Amino acid sequence: MSVMLVLIGFSLTVAIGFLIAFLWAVKSGQYDDKYTPSVRMLFDDKKPGNTSSTNHNNLNRSN
Amino acid sequence: MASESKRICYHCGLECPSDDIKINDKYFCCNGCKTVYEMLEANDLCNYYSIDETPGITKINEIKRNFDFLDDPDLKKKLIDFTNGKVTTVTFDIPQMHCSSCVWILENLYSFNEGITFSEVDFLKKTLSVKFIEEKTSIRNIVELLDSLGYMPNLNLEERKEDKIKDEYKKLYYKIGIAGFSFGNVMLLSFPEYLSITDEVTLGMQSTFNWISIFLSLPVFLYSASEYYISAFKGLKNKIVNIDVPITLGIFVLFFRSMYEIFIVGGVGYLDSMTALVFLLLTGKIFQNKTYDAMNFERNYKSYFPIAVTIMKDGKETTIPVDKLEVGQRIVVKNNELIPADAILISENAHIDYSFVTGESQPVEVINGDMIYAGGKEIGEAIEVETVKEVSQSYLTQLWNSKAFDKKHESKIDTTVNFVSKYFTAIILIISTSAFVYWASTDLELAFNAFTAVLIIACPCALALSTPFTLGNTQRIFGRNKFYIKNTDVIEKLSKISSIVFDKTGTITETTGASIQFVGENLSQEDQCLIKTLVRNSSHPLSLKIASLLKIQSKMKIEKYEEISGKGISGIIDNHLVKIGSNSFTSDQALNIKVDDQNISTNVFISIDGKQLGYYKVTNLYRKGLKEIIDSLKSRYKLFILSGDNDGEKNNLMEFFPDEKHLCFNQSPHDKLHFIDKLQDQNEKVLMIGDGLNDAGALTKSDVGISISEDINNFSPACDGVLDAKSFKYLKDFINFSFTSKKIIIISFIISFFYNLIGIGIAVQGTLSPVISAILMPISSISIVVFTTFATNIMAKKRRLM
Repeated sequence: MSVMLVLIGFSLTVAIGFLIAFLWAVKSGQYDDKYTPSVRMLFDDKKPGNTSSTNHNNLNRSN
Repeated sequence: MASESKRICYHCGLECPSDDIKINDKYFCCNGCKTVYEMLEANDLCNYYSIDETPGITKINEIKRNFDFLDDPDLKKKLIDFTNGKVTTVTFDIPQMHCSSCVWILENLYSFNEGITFSEVDFLKKTLSVKFIEEKTSIRNIVELLDSLGYMPNLNLEERKEDKIKDEYKKLYYKIGIAGFSFGNVMLLSFPEYLSITDEVTLGMQSTFNWISIFLSLPVFLYSASEYYISAFKGLKNKIVNIDVPITLGIFVLFFRSMYEIFIVGGVGYLDSMTALVFLLLTGKIFQNKTYDAMNFERNYKSYFPIAVTIMKDGKETTIPVDKLEVGQRIVVKNNELIPADAILISENAHIDYSFVTGESQPVEVINGDMIYAGGKEIGEAIEVETVKEVSQSYLTQLWNSKAFDKKHESKIDTTVNFVSKYFTAIILIISTSAFVYWASTDLELAFNAFTAVLIIACPCALALSTPFTLGNTQRIFGRNKFYIKNTDVIEKLSKISSIVFDKTGTITETTGASIQFVGENLSQEDQCLIKTLVRNSSHPLSLKIASLLKIQSKMKIEKYEEISGKGISGIIDNHLVKIGSNSFTSDQALNIKVDDQNISTNVFISIDGKQLGYYKVTNLYRKGLKEIIDSLKSRYKLFILSGDNDGEKNNLMEFFPDEKHLCFNQSPHDKLHFIDKLQDQNEKVLMIGDGLNDAGALTKSDVGISISEDINNFSPACDGVLDAKSFKYLKDFINFSFTSKKIIIISFIISFFYNLIGIGIAVQGTLSPVISAILMPISSISIVVFTTFATNIMAKKRRLM
């Protein structure tokens, strides 16, 4: 039955991994603002200095 | 396109007054909008318009503002969050933020200014953090950019408390994360015990399981539960037995008894119950800690006042931070700007709106040499004034030197749970000690077991959870009805008030004030001149209203001016006898002008040379539902009105508030504060409902201070709750619901006592097994949580608050 101890050790390792992930998420500020990211993710990415994207945006508005 | 008769501004969506302002086929309502569009186009940011239809903000204010003061190093230091000399972070409050496009444009600030490296929005808090390179740009440039985009930040020097709150929140998340993790794993390891598996292999692994459980529950015992120990200790130090005292007792006994069981007796202990208890308690705490991010309940005058003023120095205008303003300096106050300190008017004349100070929105005319008080707002052209007092020593701002603002004043109202816990703790200690004494003579070990078992089983988990869940849910229900409260304590306090004090202007009346119109023959220019001359001599609110209606300029001489209180005013101007006042006062004959529905409006009659020309009909715009609210409250509470105005509207108010003694007029902000103080000395629990800065003292001093606001994103003074003006008519329902919440708490107390009774029945016999404890604790807690949540929701539906 020593397999039990191995399993417990393994499950605890996984659980601690998740705990650390959670604590890290809180620490890095993911729980500070629970709304804005939901808006932000819908924007198209555009890096500063990247002017290659054209003015096609204006066309989008016609609908 | 042919059907489109009215042009809509491409930027902000407002109707265009003309077709003149356009670029290609895009029309704009004003040059401001056009400028913003051009800026966006030049920076290749027209994506803005694809996110939302007409997302922009109208730029009403097209005057270029002067931001010289933002170059002041002291002021800069106060505004910035962090700097290392090269890179600086600064956070702005931007109340105009209203849609996803705002987020987009504000997070793309780097496209406008290459000195900006990063900008991030918190939409709920309506804040923008900007990181920029000092060499390339400055705060001033950024503020100018934001202003030109239509997002003028609210610059004020109020301290940010946010970071502290954020840290506390984070700590709570850490604690709950650890507690939840330990609870789950310890419970898993306790399963052999729950299922009474007693084969040899399992027993062989028991000690390993125990060791892991101890290892897992130590962080919970030492870290997650620590705030309960601190709170209990603080309470005892102040000789208050709060609910955290029996909780702490329970946790300690659970832990040490478990240690005893594991190491000495060879059992399994109650570590699963302990971790479960802490986890559940912390869940309650997180539920209760709901706060309204974009609101600030601690504001003082500093958030109203400008952070910079324009001064005249050597004949030139410069701006300096308001902190550096000294007595004797000449300052220039432009249209719609606040006067930051008590001052004397240097310019010819001025119109000052004292609505912040008195609540009365009618501008007051001031002439050269007169005193102007801080908090007044200049209406009209720019004026020059000379300060006579420092900002903090001015008439209005002195209010904040009062004791009421000194410390966080604790209301005398005790919470129900603390009241109960006093007796609860005493009873538990008596029962456990009696059990100990009873068994001590026969079996010392059993006596010890019984003693600790009572403390374990009586640990008031369900009791401690009933309050946060009921009140937390009530707070959400209030919030859904646009009544935002600072914290859940306010609900309990609301259920204990005995008198209600209303401010008048802006609170029971609409902020737009009264509407006024003339009924009768058309008045000639000359007649209007006569009337204006007469009413200008009176400071009666009705006179002021008539004066503001008549735009005519008049500088005639007046003779034999008389003001008869309750009747009217009269005088001889240009050989005409002019009378303004009540119907009988203005007409000698019995034939008075017939008037329809006298009840809602006040009528001011005009007569010139004995002939009645007509009357001004002044309709007071009291808030909708005021009559019903007052009628339903007056039997239960003492109602008072505190008004900064004179008693012109007394008769109107008497219809709502029959007791004349409860109507107080000419109340300064200090008077209001003292009035509340006096009431509290008579053992009244006071609910103050007000708006504006003039009520700030009273709102702070009262047991519950509620501020009414037309727009909840606007500033409101320090208070316990902000009530949206649209929900004023539900005031009674809110108060009633606070009673309901209290009843629900009491019922859930009874339920949890019932659980305790069963538990204690087992515990006094000294035969509490870990399984029973592990079952009873979560079941009692969860059933209480379910009960309170359902009960509040059902009652809210019944009272149509949901």
